[in-house]
Amino acid sequence: MSFSIPKETYSGKLPEITFGSVKKAFFGGESALPFHFFEGAFPHKPLIAFEIQDDVPEDYPEELARVYSSVWEDPVRWAKFCESLGAEAIALRLMSTHPDSKNSKPEQAAQAVKKLISEIDLPMIILGSNHTEKDAEVLPVVADTARGYNCIVGKAQEGNYKTIAASAMAGGHSLIAMSELDVNLAKQLNILITQIGFPREKIIIDPMCSALGYGFEYTYSVMERIRIAGLLQGDSMLCVPMVADVGFYVWKTKETQATEEEIPEWGSLHERAIMWEAVTACSFLLSGAELLIMRHPEAVKTTKKFIEELYGTYRNRNI
Amino acid sequence: MLIIGERLTIISKRVREAILKRDKLPIQQIAIEQWKAGAHMIEANIGPAEDDGEALMEWMVTTIQEAVPLPVSLDTTNPKAMEAGLRIHNNEWGKPLINSTSLDPERFIMFELAAKYAAPIIALTVGKGGLPRDAEERVEIAVQLMEKATEYGIELEDIFLDPLVLQISTSQHQAKEVLRAVKLFQELNDPPMKTIVGLSNLSNGCPRQVRPILNRYFLALLMYEGLSAAIVNPSEVIEVVKTVNVITGKTLYAHSYLEI
Repeated sequence: MSFSIPKETYSGKLPEITFGSVKKAFFGGESALPFHFFEGAFPHKPLIAFEIQDDVPEDYPEELARVYSSVWEDPVRWAKFCESLGAEAIALRLMSTHPDSKNSKPEQAAQAVKKLISEIDLPMIILGSNHTEKDAEVLPVVADTARGYNCIVGKAQEGNYKTIAASAMAGGHSLIAMSELDVNLAKQLNILITQIGFPREKIIIDPMCSALGYGFEYTYSVMERIRIAGLLQGDSMLCVPMVADVGFYVWKTKETQATEEEIPEWGSLHERAIMWEAVTACSFLLSGAELLIMRHPEAVKTTKKFIEELYGTYRNRNI
Repeated sequence: MLIIGERLTIISKRVREAILKRDKLPIQQIAIEQWKAGAHMIEANIGPAEDDGEALMEWMVTTIQEAVPLPVSLDTTNPKAMEAGLRIHNNEWGKPLINSTSLDPERFIMFELAAKYAAPIIALTVGKGGLPRDAEERVEIAVQLMEKATEYGIELEDIFLDPLVLQISTSQHQAKEVLRAVKLFQELNDPPMKTIVGLSNLSNGCPRQVRPILNRYFLALLMYEGLSAAIVNPSEVIEVVKTVNVITGKTLYAHSYLEI
């Protein structure tokens, strides 16, 4: 007797996101749960963007400093370095605008963006500092500066989505919408954003992730529920791609910072830190993320290999 | 929950006048209003339509489908008019619904039409002996209707069992029997049988201001019992439908759930 795989039927299909002007990058568009190649179409592989910052990072631990300290004083050099490492997209985080950091002005941030987009061909994700009020001041100016470059701008939150979504729309960008680890709040924010006229097809959900060992399971289940609601229950407000801002959370953890002298039984800090980012990233791919923002090039390499191997199977099997 | 807009009925003065004059505008306005209010299907009730029923049903269906991208539920006792409606119906947005058949042999022809056009059909649980007394009697009739339908080659998935809602002002105890019937009907098959009601019959003959209240609460209770479809005034019940869907977990909650 032959065995046939039981298949789920899906009522939803995620929109595809295309961004970038000179070079372009793609993600989304699938019509089944992550890696369920036997149940739906997967037009694009998940995408990994390299994170850079607009100023010398204050909280990059030793392992990251070793990779980036020679270039991190200049965002353009930093981005070019990432490009040489094989980056397909760049995520610029405007950390200097945070009131607890340099509290730099929107115009200064816009200058940095302007310089970067004029010298870098890679598709760009432009992120604020995750300070609700300040992002509402900074991101509209930045979105306007990047008008016509087809970027991804974020993150819009409940407290500031109006100005950020409106300016992303005016600038022709896609938008990251972030809500706090809750499927109902994610849906609500997307409703609000679409109600002011922003197209659903250009929204990317950030369910606010966390690192492995630091509440990871909770995010994982929120992301799964978002995917199931969007694809299986036909909830159009949740049927959009998701981003996991992996590096930002992973490189705050003890596992990426504690030295071998402090905790000898944890082994090599170098290997451990990289693995922590790679394993967190791969796990989020399984729960439904299509876009990852990462920091360490070795962790990116491992994650890419994971994607390639799974997709390689998909193509070869022709199912 | 399938919402079928009930307002295009020959009983309404405005609709009757528009039909007599073959005036498309009021018909289309009402169809559009119901569509915007959340209807998934529009009922076209032309009654017995003894004279010229075929032309009338054709005119109704095309008039409605010119204005809204929805399927039409065809309500007439005239089989020729019914077939005319099925023939001209544009299936691009879904199949038409036949309203209705019962255990009255004169209405078996509707089974024939359902089989011929592969259209879903409403089966009213009315027996030869008149109105059903309780839920159990409704179930007995439902079983006979299901057998009959199978004889005609109709899939059980294409049948909407209608327990027949009666007026609360004259037969109050029947409301509870209808609720029980909706629940029992679903146990007659796996997957469960679909169920439908003509909701507003409940409040027929009641004062104008209490009618929507009776209708709404009754619908909430029916939905809890697992009702699949209702012929209703959509603007009157849309809040109930959305809210019950959220409470029973069929729709994911968000603060703005009523707005989408």
